[in-house]
Amino acid sequence: MKVLMKGNEAVSEAAIRAGCKAFFGYPITPQNEIPEYMSQKMEASGGCFVQAESEVAAINMIYGAATTGTRVMTSSSSPGIALKQEGISFMCAADLPCLIVSVSRSGPGLAGILPSQGDYFQATRGGGNGDYFIPVYAPNGVQEATDFVQKAFDVAEKYRTPVMVLVDGMLGQMMEPVEFKKPVINEYDKSWVVGARSGRERNVINSLNLLPESLEQTNITRFRKYDEIIANETLFESTVADGDEVAVVAYGTPARIAVNSIEELRADGIKAGLIRPITLWPFPEAAFAKLPASVKHIVVVELSQGQMVQDVKLAVGGRLPVHFYGRCGGMVFESSEIAGQVKKIVRGE
Amino acid sequence: MGKVVYEKSKGLTDNPLSYCPGCLHGTIHKLVAESLVELEVLDRAVTVASVGCSVVAYQFFNCDAVQAAHGRAPAVATGIKRVSPDSIVFTYQGDGDLAAIGMAEIVHAAHRGENITVIFVNNGIYGMTGGQMAPTTLITQKTSTSPFGRKEATTGKPLKVSEMIAQIPSAYYIERVSAHTVPHLVKAKKAIKKAFENQIHGKGFSMVEVLSTCSIGWHMTPVESLSHVENSMMPYFPLGVYKDEGEVIS
Amino acid sequence: MTTRMVFSGFGGQGVLTLGQIIATIAMNQGKEVTWMPSYGPEMRGGTANCAVIVSDGPIGSPQVLVDIDVLCALNKPSIDKFLPKVRPGGMVLYNSSLITDALPRSDVDSVAVDATNIASAMGNLRVQNMVMIAGFLKATDLFSINEVKATLQDKFASNPSLLDINLAAIQQGM
Repeated sequence: MKVLMKGNEAVSEAAIRAGCKAFFGYPITPQNEIPEYMSQKMEASGGCFVQAESEVAAINMIYGAATTGTRVMTSSSSPGIALKQEGISFMCAADLPCLIVSVSRSGPGLAGILPSQGDYFQATRGGGNGDYFIPVYAPNGVQEATDFVQKAFDVAEKYRTPVMVLVDGMLGQMMEPVEFKKPVINEYDKSWVVGARSGRERNVINSLNLLPESLEQTNITRFRKYDEIIANETLFESTVADGDEVAVVAYGTPARIAVNSIEELRADGIKAGLIRPITLWPFPEAAFAKLPASVKHIVVVELSQGQMVQDVKLAVGGRLPVHFYGRCGGMVFESSEIAGQVKKIVRGE
Repeated sequence: MGKVVYEKSKGLTDNPLSYCPGCLHGTIHKLVAESLVELEVLDRAVTVASVGCSVVAYQFFNCDAVQAAHGRAPAVATGIKRVSPDSIVFTYQGDGDLAAIGMAEIVHAAHRGENITVIFVNNGIYGMTGGQMAPTTLITQKTSTSPFGRKEATTGKPLKVSEMIAQIPSAYYIERVSAHTVPHLVKAKKAIKKAFENQIHGKGFSMVEVLSTCSIGWHMTPVESLSHVENSMMPYFPLGVYKDEGEVIS
Repeated sequence: MTTRMVFSGFGGQGVLTLGQIIATIAMNQGKEVTWMPSYGPEMRGGTANCAVIVSDGPIGSPQVLVDIDVLCALNKPSIDKFLPKVRPGGMVLYNSSLITDALPRSDVDSVAVDATNIASAMGNLRVQNMVMIAGFLKATDLFSINEVKATLQDKFASNPSLLDINLAAIQQGM
């Protein structure tokens, strides 16, 4: 049965249904519906909710709760995610699973609360110290957001890593019909957890390692894990077909706007298709490997001054011109605006 | 076979202590370890190590351990205790970790009345990083970042953490003890054990501040350091129970 | 077939809820829908608005910035802001209690609903948004009164007295 739900509330409900038993967060617009929903529902579902004194404290509570093998989650928005980077780095170093929902606003600094994709680098490159990556899902609607929240918990536990679901304020605030699917609950090795020892050897969760030979090996081993994630978990969608002259690249809600733009372009006789990265890390390089020979232009559209476009350029490797069009600061492009830019590019203006 | 009259606590691992000669961390570790064993909670204890000299505490306490980011141990302990309430969770933090970078985390763990135990070792200096000034460094005390002695005019007066945390309505038990003489260690042990008993009985937030030394950072012999605790630290940081919701303090 | 709607009014006039009810009715009809509020500081006390798109197929952008098919305006600022963005031949349902001037466009269809006055006469200003539903029933074929009733029955399942008040408000507007 479908229910009409706000993105922020739907991801919260999806997390609870997926067996999330702890939420630690801090108020920041435009994600406040998530902690509010959790404060109302978590206890009744046998879990715990704590409004922390800061995002720094919240992510460190997540770190603590994750050491027990409990499904845990936090959410925040741009400046708050910046504060969580310390804990994300520590969790990567300690190989701890968790879900982080990032509902991004505009930046840099305090900036504004309207939709933006200026946090692509923050999500995919992180601001925490050290060699690490985290899988990042970028849903394009409320249904996908709920599906990926449930998937994210599984991926987090399978690979023992934090996983992020990155949405913009538009997706967090909008309502769409949602059907909650039965969550996947797989059993993974939990011999590493702390608490409730009952006879086993003691476990230590730690990221301190002052021996360079040992630390190098630990990091290399973690990157073998990343190789597996790249091989198994990379997701994208492509409608680029033989005969298309333009491949438009967009993720998240802007990809929906680009769908409209492509319809408008087709009505004007310009054949275009959409490449939509669904995981931002790992970035779906394969989407650009075998484009039809008809494709002459790649146009990346983002609600930023150009971040994902760098990954697209790396994936394209100079084989085709990569153009960029973006709005930022909370300004959202209209479909006709993107179509107009594509027309100019195709006509060589 | 002779009769065993003393043995190392089972609450400690066989890893050799890596602390400096004259350091009291090993002694304070022992008090904590003995308390966990005597209260029969070692197999459900989780220590949260902090950043500072005791960053390596996870090597020495013979229980599950989690190493936290600098200052965040009370938040990490909160996360563990909230989802694993049967665990006996304690942080072991120094003054740089707890009273500087981690002040928000300790204040709000107390504010929420988290049912955890905090062992706060106050030696008035950043030991691990090479003897820098801490919020608890005494006035005129020389450190590597107060080379002319701590000046009140530019750095304020030393922070009195137990007095401060005791003001928090939800804090349950706050006591300051010292580790510099055997009689003081006996009292310290009682306080630490009580702080764990409180947690076992679900009483809430307990913190024991232990005055300690740093011979290397203070540029003193171990014996001089012990006198320094008695003569310089104790007058500014008076020992005693600052809050005990279980007892009326007269 | 896609219908792009904007609901706008003062904060407290219930336009966000009205948009949600209409989106829910369409969802129950098996349509694709999106509901997108204006959010941020302007939702506190000033003008509130939301965009609702109803479609037979997948919906692209949830925003309705231009080419509005149906504008439901409960106050004068909403007319100033959104009437210029209604497509020629579009529909404007307006609260004639507060919007007393003639609409400054002749290329759109319009239906006046005396929503605030009717709600006031019923002694419950909070139902002025429901009175507007009567306008939809009179001027569009988006949904029937029975579909409205079914959706409201779900919404007020735990408080049937509210259901009666809201249905009565719609009846008064007819």
